[in-house]
Amino acid sequence: MSHAIALLAAGPRSPQAIRAFLKSRSFPIVEDGQITFVWVGDAHEVRLRHWIFGLTTSQQLARLEGTDLWHLTLPLPAASRVEYKFEIIRDGHNHWIQDPLNPHLARDPFGANSVAHGAGYTVPSWIHRDRESPQGTYEVVEFPSEVFGQRQTRLYLPARFRRSRRYPLLIVHDGDDYLRYASLGPILDNLMARREIPDMLVAFTSSPYRLVEYANDERHARFLTDELVPYLERHYPVRAEPQARCLLGASFGAVAALSTAWRRPGFYGRLLLQSGSFAFTDIGDRNARGPAFDPVVTFMNRFREAPTAISERVFVSCGTYESLIYENRSLIPLLESTGMDVRFREARDGHNWENWRDRLREGLSWLFPGPFLMVYE
Amino acid sequence: MMAGGGGPNGPVVLLGPQRQGYGEVAEALEGYGVRGRVALIAAGWQENEGEDEAVRQALGRREVVNLELHRRSEQVFAEDQELAAAYASRQKQLQRMQEFYRVRLDAIDDGDAAVSVRHVDAALLEEERQVTVRQLRHLDADHATRCSEVLEGFEARWRTWERASVAAHRRELQALIAGCEAVLLAGGHVVSLMNRLRLFGALAGVGERPVVAWSAGAMALTERIVLFHDAPPFGKNIAQVLGAGLGWCEGVVVMPDLEHRVRQDHREGISRFVQRMAPARCLGLDPGARLDFDGGALVRGRATRLVEAGLVERGWCP
Repeated sequence: MSHAIALLAAGPRSPQAIRAFLKSRSFPIVEDGQITFVWVGDAHEVRLRHWIFGLTTSQQLARLEGTDLWHLTLPLPAASRVEYKFEIIRDGHNHWIQDPLNPHLARDPFGANSVAHGAGYTVPSWIHRDRESPQGTYEVVEFPSEVFGQRQTRLYLPARFRRSRRYPLLIVHDGDDYLRYASLGPILDNLMARREIPDMLVAFTSSPYRLVEYANDERHARFLTDELVPYLERHYPVRAEPQARCLLGASFGAVAALSTAWRRPGFYGRLLLQSGSFAFTDIGDRNARGPAFDPVVTFMNRFREAPTAISERVFVSCGTYESLIYENRSLIPLLESTGMDVRFREARDGHNWENWRDRLREGLSWLFPGPFLMVYE
Repeated sequence: MMAGGGGPNGPVVLLGPQRQGYGEVAEALEGYGVRGRVALIAAGWQENEGEDEAVRQALGRREVVNLELHRRSEQVFAEDQELAAAYASRQKQLQRMQEFYRVRLDAIDDGDAAVSVRHVDAALLEEERQVTVRQLRHLDADHATRCSEVLEGFEARWRTWERASVAAHRRELQALIAGCEAVLLAGGHVVSLMNRLRLFGALAGVGERPVVAWSAGAMALTERIVLFHDAPPFGKNIAQVLGAGLGWCEGVVVMPDLEHRVRQDHREGISRFVQRMAPARCLGLDPGARLDFDGGALVRGRATRLVEAGLVERGWCP
């Protein structure tokens, strides 16, 4: 039991005392390397549902006897960021809800989760719109693709865009989600305005069949490399060289980035791989993650068998609370063994968009150092 | 000097960032009795070089003639496609060399870190630290030499000052400077600035006129330009030699905005940097700092100095 709940339990346990307790604190309670979740209401059972690999994913909250306050205390190392919901079981029904005592939400394509921050975690300032950072503009690029038919790509042009200059090109997988859930638009504006990355063009691609097309699908590599990039190089001032081309992706998007680079070695000089679903087997081809991973396992086993320098610089990040941390960690020495310049960052976070958002500044500025090092005002 | 077209015969003043409104620039001019027209080189501001209103305001009645080296260079490259292509190719080569130099610096640093945690006697570790310093110095010198060779080779091949596209601007610039009492060299993007100074030999006609330079402008006038920042957004960073400056101010490595860009609690890092740059003095140019040179030699001033013991000495005077 946490210190805060112990103090409450030692008191009168009246409705007034509970109200005063709720008023006097912010929730969940973070203290002494622990986090205490609290829910108040009538229920048969209350469970914490979270996405922290390493802890039981569903854990029961205990009722403080004589009250309708439920609580659960778990360890929470400094700088952690965790997403969760409560599962309320009442009258034979169960439903998942956000924590009504916690105003902080993290959104993703499936809705929103409550989010808790461990001691020392702060939401980065560079993810927010800044009036000092001029905003880039977006154009919709659409061309007849022999591979996928008609497909739209949103293209970001930096605020200082000039046709007379040539720019690096960043290609983003799950582009709409990166814009919506990882604040990539304001992040690009801010990092460019602060000269932490150079001005660049950013192609936000999305796939309606990502679990197929991103899982080492030859058609995807062909679409990007033989159609999208040449189209952009023909119509926009893009620097047509490997050092100026980068693929970014998270989860299956990272698999798509790695496998596309693998199919066209030397074409993409920069890779930014976030929480890649790099499933593999050490023996046999049995894959516990489900059939969607079968082509991934085939690809990863092949890549791991004979890793080669397919790119020049590779930035890899993964949350330590993800099941994929093992796959990502074990990939690093293999990538390094090829001679590629590799940087790996772990964070106490899960498989989610805000984790990927928080790593973008370091990843992008390492892959594309901006002119800040050259500028002395 | 190739880039400047001869060293200065007059005084040179180096200053730090002018965020407070160029008062220090005005003061330096006042000190040399400059009341009339002054030439401004603000190519480090790139496309914004024309936004010089704040400088004009600070200098009061003195007329400011913006030499517009950036605009002129754009014009040259638009008119002279052959030169533009060769220039772009040179820059790409220099960028690659800078990147590979950086990879090698990292490797030396990684080696140093691996050795430094071994449990052996302190004397041997100190000896090993000296090995690191020697390796860094060798790599720095080699990089600077190779960069100079690329630049000299380019000049020998393209003889830019003799090309019609450049020569006309060069004559115009010399005439403009001839009509001024002093020359100001603003900060900004140090590579852009150096490249434009080289392209036009823009400081060739300075003669005995005082030159006042700040931040990147100050770096450009020294013998060696060193890029530094201890806390970049991507974590670790090792200072890098960019190449030779104009060499008008001898025996110093200037570090604008040192207070913001150098981790002052990192004694080992400071010590190694000072040894790496020796015998040059490593001098921080923060707001309020000023270094006066005469005939290339530092004669007076006040700055922050990095010392071999790993300390930062504020208010240092030569």
